[in-house]
Amino acid sequence: MKLDNIYKEEKKSAFAKLSEIIITMASRPSGLIGLSILVFHIILAFISPYIAPHDFKAIDPTLMLQAPSAEYWFGTDDLGRDVFTRTILGGRTALTITFFGSLIALLWGGLLGIFCGLVGGKIDDVVMRIVDAFLSIPWILAMLLIVSLLGTSTEVLIPALGFFYGKGIVRVARAATHDVIAKDFIVSARARGHSNFSIIWNEIIPNVRDAILVEGAMRWSWMLLGFSSLSFLGFGVSPPTPDWGLMISNARGLMSFAYWAVIAPIVGLSSLIIGINLTADAFAKALGIDRSTKAPV
Amino acid sequence: MLFLIIKRILLGFITLFIVSIITFVGTEVLPGDACTTYLERQAFGEQLEACYRRLGLNVPAYERYVSWALNAIQGDFGYSLSGEMPIKDVLGPRIKNSLVLASAAIFIGIPIALILGIITALWRDKLPDVAISTVTIFAMTIPEFISATLLILIIAIWLEWLPGIVIVPTDVSFLELLPNIILPVVAIAMIMTAHMARMVRSSVIQVMASEYVQMAILKGVPYWKMVFKHVLPNALLPAINVVALTIAWLLGGVVVTEVVFNYPGLGRLVIESISNRDLPTVQALAIILASIYVSINLLADLLTLMLNPRLKTLQIRK
Repeated sequence: MKLDNIYKEEKKSAFAKLSEIIITMASRPSGLIGLSILVFHIILAFISPYIAPHDFKAIDPTLMLQAPSAEYWFGTDDLGRDVFTRTILGGRTALTITFFGSLIALLWGGLLGIFCGLVGGKIDDVVMRIVDAFLSIPWILAMLLIVSLLGTSTEVLIPALGFFYGKGIVRVARAATHDVIAKDFIVSARARGHSNFSIIWNEIIPNVRDAILVEGAMRWSWMLLGFSSLSFLGFGVSPPTPDWGLMISNARGLMSFAYWAVIAPIVGLSSLIIGINLTADAFAKALGIDRSTKAPV
Repeated sequence: MLFLIIKRILLGFITLFIVSIITFVGTEVLPGDACTTYLERQAFGEQLEACYRRLGLNVPAYERYVSWALNAIQGDFGYSLSGEMPIKDVLGPRIKNSLVLASAAIFIGIPIALILGIITALWRDKLPDVAISTVTIFAMTIPEFISATLLILIIAIWLEWLPGIVIVPTDVSFLELLPNIILPVVAIAMIMTAHMARMVRSSVIQVMASEYVQMAILKGVPYWKMVFKHVLPNALLPAINVVALTIAWLLGGVVVTEVVFNYPGLGRLVIESISNRDLPTVQALAIILASIYVSINLLADLLTLMLNPRLKTLQIRK
């Protein structure tokens, strides 16, 4: 009877715990700013196709490089396209690709890390050496190679980004698993004769989940940075899709005449990255995880 | 101690060996080989055969790997596809240029990062910390190409103080290069300094909270004496590793910065060789950049080991 009550309390608090975390995050000024920026961008990504004042791919030679006006709030670019429309649409592709990429990274990185941490021995050694090797190839070189050989479609970019940003999560998940592996409840689960799978699912994941989620949130901002760098270099999404990295690289050559065409996407991209970063930081602090001594690898 | 050092060096070599296999297999498994990707539509008949023979692609993959790896160890990476030049000669001046850029950024960045990190830690949550921390967070989160583009827009276009784009040939003397590299160096140093300052800050804060510092305060050791004698030596040691990782991580960012400024370094060569589908050069670049990464990390580990007597009896890293 008593045990039953405890179990119910646990269950009930799942949603309450989430809202508690969000309230804790919002109680800090930096967390509140980060959350508001992120929520703003997500809402914008959903509603922007319906509120966009112009057609994002409508080319009009008579409207080339117009300065901001009442009709064209952020001016027009070198092909006469409305910069405001393209800017509010520009986050959609980046957000979608990096969000699903981060999910993939979290899944494979987290599971492989937990597995390696639990099994240890030879398998662990081999996997960690391979992860180290992947970590030592600059991300941009590897990404460029894959993208230039397989193409720049969304179906390639999501798994490619997910794979490359997951290797760092392997390390974090492995270290977190090492922290709990020697605890009594794992030893007793083993003594009860539970399988490795059951131990991972019931004992380890609830204990390392926070650390992995925080790492995943951080990866999200780095992945966004990596993805927009790819777009900027011309290896990301293809034109005429509105994308901030692509817009910056196109407008850069003409920025001495038309700075508005480069400033608008810069503000969009920077604010989103800063928003995700501040949110991830606040998330880590709300869960009581100190990230400040981590290197950006 | 000696055993640990040797083990660490061996691990570095193993990592490089795996990198070489990954890049080799990667370029092998991905659709198309060096010849078909380079020749594109003309990849048939006589031309393709000639290209295969020239690159030795007509022998089995493992044999090619062995001969490539043996040559690469001696610094011979074969011929690039586009320039018809030995890759070694292409790389030489590029490495020099990138080294100039990176070392300038490091020499400017490390002292500033130390000062900023210590100030923000000692005045934690006060005005100097809040102001500097806000700026560093901005500097480290904004992508390299955005800060570089903004620098060009403000300094080169609006204020017209410095050239915005490097338009010198690859093999130019240092003095001619100097005015051209100020903006790229600032762009790279900014991000690096911000990262390092954050690390130094948290490291100093951790040590300030430790028991022996509390003890020193209670004993009445003068504040600045305590900072310089007890806090900094202990706080800066763990920062070495983190600084190394930051520098290594920036290798990717330098690629983008070099492209923005049109700087003739390794980074732009990465983009050029990938755009030209010059896979032998890409392989060479991957192994060189990975070697830089591995050696910076190795150096940091050994430095920490030598400076920290406590670590001599422990495992270096997990």
